[in-house]
Amino acid sequence: MSLQIAEEVRPAVPPVEEVTSPPPVAPALPEVSRLRQGAASAGWAVAGAAGFVALWALAASHNPKLPAPGDTFTVLKELLSDPFYDNGPDDKGVGLLVWATLLRVFKGWTLATLVGVPLGLLVGTSRRAWQALNPVIQVLRPVSPLAWFPILAFALGQSELASVWTVFVIALWPTVLNTAAGAAAVPADQRDVARVFRFGRVAYLRHVLIPNVLPFTVTGLRLSMGIGWIVIVAVEMLGGTSGIGRQIWTWYNALDLSKVAAGIIIVGVVGLVLDLLLLRLAKAVALDDGSAA
Amino acid sequence: MSAEPRRALEVRGAWKSFVHDGRAQAVLRGIDLTVEPGELVSLIGHSGCGKSTLIRALGGLVKLDGGTIRLDGALVTGPGPDRAMVFQNYSLLPRLSLVNNVRAAVRSARPDKSRAAADDAAERYLTAVGLWDAKDKKPGQVSGGMQQRAAVARAFAVEPRVLLADEPFGALDALTRARLQAQLIELWTSESDTEIVVMVTHGIDEAILLSDRIVVMGNPPGPSVVDVIPVELARPRDRVSVIDDPHYREVQERLLHLLTAEGLADANGRAA
Repeated sequence: MSLQIAEEVRPAVPPVEEVTSPPPVAPALPEVSRLRQGAASAGWAVAGAAGFVALWALAASHNPKLPAPGDTFTVLKELLSDPFYDNGPDDKGVGLLVWATLLRVFKGWTLATLVGVPLGLLVGTSRRAWQALNPVIQVLRPVSPLAWFPILAFALGQSELASVWTVFVIALWPTVLNTAAGAAAVPADQRDVARVFRFGRVAYLRHVLIPNVLPFTVTGLRLSMGIGWIVIVAVEMLGGTSGIGRQIWTWYNALDLSKVAAGIIIVGVVGLVLDLLLLRLAKAVALDDGSAA
Repeated sequence: MSAEPRRALEVRGAWKSFVHDGRAQAVLRGIDLTVEPGELVSLIGHSGCGKSTLIRALGGLVKLDGGTIRLDGALVTGPGPDRAMVFQNYSLLPRLSLVNNVRAAVRSARPDKSRAAADDAAERYLTAVGLWDAKDKKPGQVSGGMQQRAAVARAFAVEPRVLLADEPFGALDALTRARLQAQLIELWTSESDTEIVVMVTHGIDEAILLSDRIVVMGNPPGPSVVDVIPVELARPRDRVSVIDDPHYREVQERLLHLLTAEGLADANGRAA
């Protein structure tokens, strides 16, 4: 193969033909250009962040009530220097606070997954289930989860459980809808194959349904986690359970705005890490038909 | 009535309608057709004539509104291990290697076979279509021709009485198609116990080269079966020399006439 590869052009899917030839190998990108690409993208990321901080500084200089970037980063460093201290329920390190919040989200999200995946499969494969559940889903889906909180808190009698169930309620829909979309999108020809060769329930699940649905479901899980993480901060403010969201509210009440800003940065970074983890999972389960080898 | 059921694939008075834009369209309009053991029958016609619907009905994928399909006297009510299908777009499961595609099909369709016997069948038929060396590749890693050979192997590996093929070679280039046609005939005549092949095709020459009889189907509102043309050419047929046979020319002309507008108009006129 004597293909000339332009600097930034990845080779298209390699041509595949014939039984005996060795598997075609895509020509590797030259090392130098890959380095240069990495450097360029990091450079732009730094430029973007710098631009954001500059705007922030400008805004803070016009309104002295806003926390300035410098103060915020100093406070952030302080907070992160001892993240796991524990001086009783009202004075904990940010690491412990984030951990408490994460646990709450994970519980709600896991419940949403356990309920949402089977429900999505049902809705995606049965027209009757879809007809029965679609109106309910469409009405409940746009409701802010915070509206649920009072009912749940009252019914469950405690904020901790109510927080978890609020995350559940909001994290449920993306998982259900994406799983349903995946189950409904199983290609007709694969269903025909399963029928003609009389696949049993297990073979159908294993060879047809799961491989097709999994990428959709993982996308749903990712969206669910994202929205759960957004919501938990507000739920903690409302419910008073100890966590990073509640702490931001406490800092606000103490008018410690630099800490509030630092808390926002922490929440953002944790959310980003969660998303990246689930993105990695999504790539791992993407339909592997060998064509991307 | 007769006591001994005939060993044949029999379609009697088959009707099927689909609703299109709120209007019912009769796609199969009272089809009668008998395919004898040892026969390869092609269904040919323009799009919308119902040839795919008929083959899917034979496979048990489409329920008839009226009429019956019997195989060796037994009513066809759904898919069964006595009938295997080859689809136009290969339809291999993308996550499974070629050999696992065949194995999964045989194990599911033939629970009566031991796992070892199923795997033997997979090996035998993948070898027969020349794919044993590529058995561990995923469908996406091989060409369309190889995918369709694997799909043909999958269908034969079930060891069905009837092989149903819905435009099996339609998506392939001419050279690959010629090779697969030869392999199909080879598998049918000598490698397998499969007796009946019913195939949907768009190609006049393919139909003549492969078939014992060609069922010409017409679009609504005319009759579903416009004509059934026997092809009396000795097998094995050589694709190069067979076209010089006067009978080949005769069948070809008849098909061309039937499949052009005036031919269909004639047929509809007769039906009216």
